[in-house]
Amino acid sequence: MIAFLTGPMLWVSLLVFFGGLTVRAVMYVRGLNWQLDRVAYKPHMSLGLRGAIHSIRCWLIPGGTYGWRQQPFMATGFFLFHIGAILLPLFLIGHQELLKMAFGFSLPTIPSSVADALTVLAIIGGFMLAIRRIALPEVRILTTAYDWFILGISVAPFVTGFIARLHLGNYDFWLTCHILTGEAVLLLAPFTKLSHIVLFFMSRGQLGMDYNIKRGGAKRETAFPW
Amino acid sequence: MPQGTFCNTTPIGSEEELKALLGDKGGAQYYEEMKELDVDSDALGALLEKTCQSRIHTWLEICAHCGMCADSCFLYRVNDRDPKQVPAYKIQSTLGELVKKKGKVTNEFMRHCVDVAWSQCTCCNRCGMYCPHGIDMGVMFSYLRGVLNSQGFVPWEMKIGSGMHRVYNAQMDVTTEDWIDTCEWMAEEYEEEWPGLEIPIDKEDADIMYTLNAREPKHYPEDLAEAAILFHLAGENWTVPSVGWEQTSLAMFAGDWAACKMQVESVYKAIERLRPKRVIGTECGHAHRATVIEGPYWAGREDGLPPAPYIHYVEWVAEALRTGKLKIDPEKKIKEPVTLQDSCNYVRNHGLAKATREIMSYIAEDFREMGPKREHNYCCGGGGGFNGIGKYRKERNKALQTKRDQILATGCKLVIAPCHNCWDAIRDLEEEYEIGIRWSFLKPLLIKMVIVPDHLKLPEE
Repeated sequence: MIAFLTGPMLWVSLLVFFGGLTVRAVMYVRGLNWQLDRVAYKPHMSLGLRGAIHSIRCWLIPGGTYGWRQQPFMATGFFLFHIGAILLPLFLIGHQELLKMAFGFSLPTIPSSVADALTVLAIIGGFMLAIRRIALPEVRILTTAYDWFILGISVAPFVTGFIARLHLGNYDFWLTCHILTGEAVLLLAPFTKLSHIVLFFMSRGQLGMDYNIKRGGAKRETAFPW
Repeated sequence: MPQGTFCNTTPIGSEEELKALLGDKGGAQYYEEMKELDVDSDALGALLEKTCQSRIHTWLEICAHCGMCADSCFLYRVNDRDPKQVPAYKIQSTLGELVKKKGKVTNEFMRHCVDVAWSQCTCCNRCGMYCPHGIDMGVMFSYLRGVLNSQGFVPWEMKIGSGMHRVYNAQMDVTTEDWIDTCEWMAEEYEEEWPGLEIPIDKEDADIMYTLNAREPKHYPEDLAEAAILFHLAGENWTVPSVGWEQTSLAMFAGDWAACKMQVESVYKAIERLRPKRVIGTECGHAHRATVIEGPYWAGREDGLPPAPYIHYVEWVAEALRTGKLKIDPEKKIKEPVTLQDSCNYVRNHGLAKATREIMSYIAEDFREMGPKREHNYCCGGGGGFNGIGKYRKERNKALQTKRDQILATGCKLVIAPCHNCWDAIRDLEEEYEIGIRWSFLKPLLIKMVIVPDHLKLPEE
């Protein structure tokens, strides 16, 4: 079972993930329309790209925007979860061994103590995001079963992976759960809200272009104050 | 009932139709008819298919339902944090459903969308700044208004407003004759006090072409005279066009895109006809947005720019003060504490926060900022057409509380509002809440403070 999941199934998952998200990104750009969106992308491309990069960068820095500063609880939950969600899949030693086995190369790895800490923090981050959904009326009204599913499936690889790592209960069972949920995330990403893995950059960048090209970013000394 | 007499999918085409619609007091019959108006689901579905593309589609899809936009919305805050006023909820439960159902919706649903689109969002675009994904609900509500309009679901006053543009090429019934008369009358009226004062009409190749808001010639023509006096004092070579002088677009608030195009093209034609070096628009936020920021796209101009450099009045004032074309008498500067209303339509939508502050540095001794300020300022409470819709007066009055509290917190009794819409909202909030404030455009304040050059002074008796 594990051999299949880390063999052909992993190949399929990665292919769907990278292929699917690339298609989403390309489709996004192709679907932009200067007249419908009312943004003159082409004639002001460099101004637009500057705005896009500025906007993306600000939102990727904790406390980098008014929005993050005004909502520290959300910001903390968000960054704890997302930092783990990006670093762990990429640089965990176990994942790199898999990569080496499959493709014959590997990326640098993070020390296991750091990885453990990141995992715990990511789970805490996910928990904080869940608490917000229940506790705050303004988030509760928006929350659907679909949102819970997305949150659940995103946190699951961390929880199952950590249980396996601690060798609590049946190791093989938890490892299998970890791989299954991890691959589920990869497979679902292009078709669900998880597509924000790439579409965040597209949408955020697009609004940054909008503000810099048309809404006066260029009339300021620096770009728009996110 | 497929189509009503007043409430229908046909835009206003003639003066008679417009007058008949105006005769339906408060839109009584209009709104009754709206309850029976059929929804053409096929046309609606086709329109969504064609116009709801990448950006809006993605926005609706990837909204993480995180609620971070809630606090950015002044309507949510002022309505006791009603979860139904969370921007993401407002758009998901209206446009989101429309798209999901591909236009197969009921009349009741459409009327619900009308209420939300015109009374729960002023398209101030503030939420877009606070969404991690860069989702701008203001942009989507603007789009939703157009979709609703295409099916005849639009507030009565908005249908009248865009009808005015279609019939008179102005938001009010000011004809070319009325306009020219007003220019001549104002020049004559003020000539004695300001020797040599002119309002030149259709002068070709001038440095400046001035455009304005139809309310000025219609209801307070002295505003036009004040603009003329300030250009006169600054020694500008300027003109107004006989046709294409109206810069506003109620059609934009109504979501009547065809009328938006007609309106803005009349201004662009004037620019092409008179070839001014640049164009200056009056103290109005939505007029600037319509003609300078959105207009080029309606008119199909690929560079997103009007045919000539086109600036807002505050940019001209800042420049005139900076270059010394207008000089302020230090004795006459505003001594009392004074605050400034940042209009969403040219601050958040055109980055003009700096120009207004530069002006304040010349004219005010005790300038106090509202909090939040600049790009983060709140809507006056009456933007996006909210001021003008009788049906939503109660909601609008509630919305004014945000600005009331911001002004009270500054401790100022004088508010400078270089935007007609903000000016109206602040006037109305004083009427409604009586907090003892005064409000003003820049022009009358400047005229009181500016040093008159010797050669333009009245000859001594």
